[in-house]
Amino acid sequence: MTAIPFYAQIINLLAALLLLLSFAMLAQRRVLSLVNLFAMQGLSLALSTAIVAYGTAQPHLYWSAGLTFVLKVFLLPWLLHRLIRQLDVRWDVEGLINIPTTMLIGIVLVVFSFNLAVPISELASTVTRSTLGIAMACVMLSFLMMITRRKAIPQVIGFLSMENGLFFAATSATYGMPLVVELGIALDVLVGMLILGVFFFQIREQFDSLDLKHLEKLKEGE
Amino acid sequence: MNVGGFISQLLQVLIALALAPLLVGWVNQCRAWLQNKSAPSLLLPYRTIHKLFIKDAVVADTASPIFRIAPYIVFGAMCCAAAIVPSLATDLPFASAADAIALVGLFALARVFVALAAMDTGTAFGSLGARREMFIGFLAEPALLMVLFTASLISGSTSLPTIVDTLAHREFAIYPSLAFAGVAFTMVSLAENARVPVDNPATHLELTMIHEAMILEYSARHLALIEWASAMKLFNYSCIGLALFFPFGIASGGDWLGVVGAAPTLVAKLAIGGFALALIETLSAKMRIFRAPEFLGTAFLLAVLGMLVNLLLGS
Repeated sequence: MTAIPFYAQIINLLAALLLLLSFAMLAQRRVLSLVNLFAMQGLSLALSTAIVAYGTAQPHLYWSAGLTFVLKVFLLPWLLHRLIRQLDVRWDVEGLINIPTTMLIGIVLVVFSFNLAVPISELASTVTRSTLGIAMACVMLSFLMMITRRKAIPQVIGFLSMENGLFFAATSATYGMPLVVELGIALDVLVGMLILGVFFFQIREQFDSLDLKHLEKLKEGE
Repeated sequence: MNVGGFISQLLQVLIALALAPLLVGWVNQCRAWLQNKSAPSLLLPYRTIHKLFIKDAVVADTASPIFRIAPYIVFGAMCCAAAIVPSLATDLPFASAADAIALVGLFALARVFVALAAMDTGTAFGSLGARREMFIGFLAEPALLMVLFTASLISGSTSLPTIVDTLAHREFAIYPSLAFAGVAFTMVSLAENARVPVDNPATHLELTMIHEAMILEYSARHLALIEWASAMKLFNYSCIGLALFFPFGIASGGDWLGVVGAAPTLVAKLAIGGFALALIETLSAKMRIFRAPEFLGTAFLLAVLGMLVNLLLGS
């Protein structure tokens, strides 16, 4: 085994942490803890980006790390907390489909994305290329979370954490996207979050709950 | 075949036999201390075993020979396990006879015989305990195997002394996979040793007990052997954990004098580990039995993730 630099080891550790947090979010039943887990995921993402910036001397990555930190550790969780408080769904516990089964599907997804990432990461020349598989696994797991959840807020958190995974994929495969693109995405996510917040109120006004199965019906009175 | 190897082998089994009840006593004392109770004596497990050995054994009329031989098999399996796990030295002649997978098999053998003996007398509690034990066991075993496989992948061998040698003498590197495996291993050992989140070793409440329900029918020397064997099981699990995740201080190669230096290190590590166990037990509440699949499923998930991360990152 070739020795990899120390900072790359820390990045690997943070990548593993990111994967673990994705699984924790998949298994979490309580909405409030879900938001906190999302904030922790953002924190590890910002840390790993900062370490990539330090290790590869890419100053523009410091900006994205800072942006991630402010946006995903403070602003978005704060917005979500406020939404949860206003909608009064703080103690919402979701009746998920069997958690161990979801976890097993999650493992299959991880194996799938690891296999998928191996040929791609062989082409990349970055020191962090091996974490690409983890980034893809995070995206897949967030997908799974959006599919298995029924309530609106966990679905939105799944969407946001998918963006985390994509961001991590960009960092690990190509040392990040150009700053303009990153700013654009950050703004998109923020605005999307605000709009979805308005949606939540509309949904609840219409159906008296945030359960999205009410949206499956096309006509009224069936 | 060398003399030093045999000496360290013998010393290791003797230390496991002698220190196992002390470890249980220490954990109980820490637990009492953490819960603001007055602690039982550190030597209480020795006195219990001694008391049980001088009593007359009572065996149920309906019991078959399995009931009589089970304690000896369980005790023997735990002694074998103590000989395989490199707690003091890695130069163990006996360890080449069995690798990590066989070690899991030894634990399974002991479990099967305790469960058989529990069902043998035909009491309701016995079969209830046996069923629960097998239920926990079949969930815990794959997770334990995955933890050992993660360590084997890093060192390229399933032989425990080789694994420990590789882990102890590598250059410093962060292994995320070992962190996953460590957490999974802690969860598995809690379940396997009938500790708090899964089973409560201090209770005889019908609805919750697992391990105690199985050994209700035993008395005197049989019970003493079983108690001693479960103390050795805890000791063995602690030693596996320490050897895999904190491997420093273990004598390596033909350096059998190093065993003398390794013994105090082991005692110190076990003391810290026992305190950590008491802390975990104090901080967590016992789960409903039907939450156990979720608990052990998480352990399995962590172990598999550790293995996958190891394959992907190569660390």
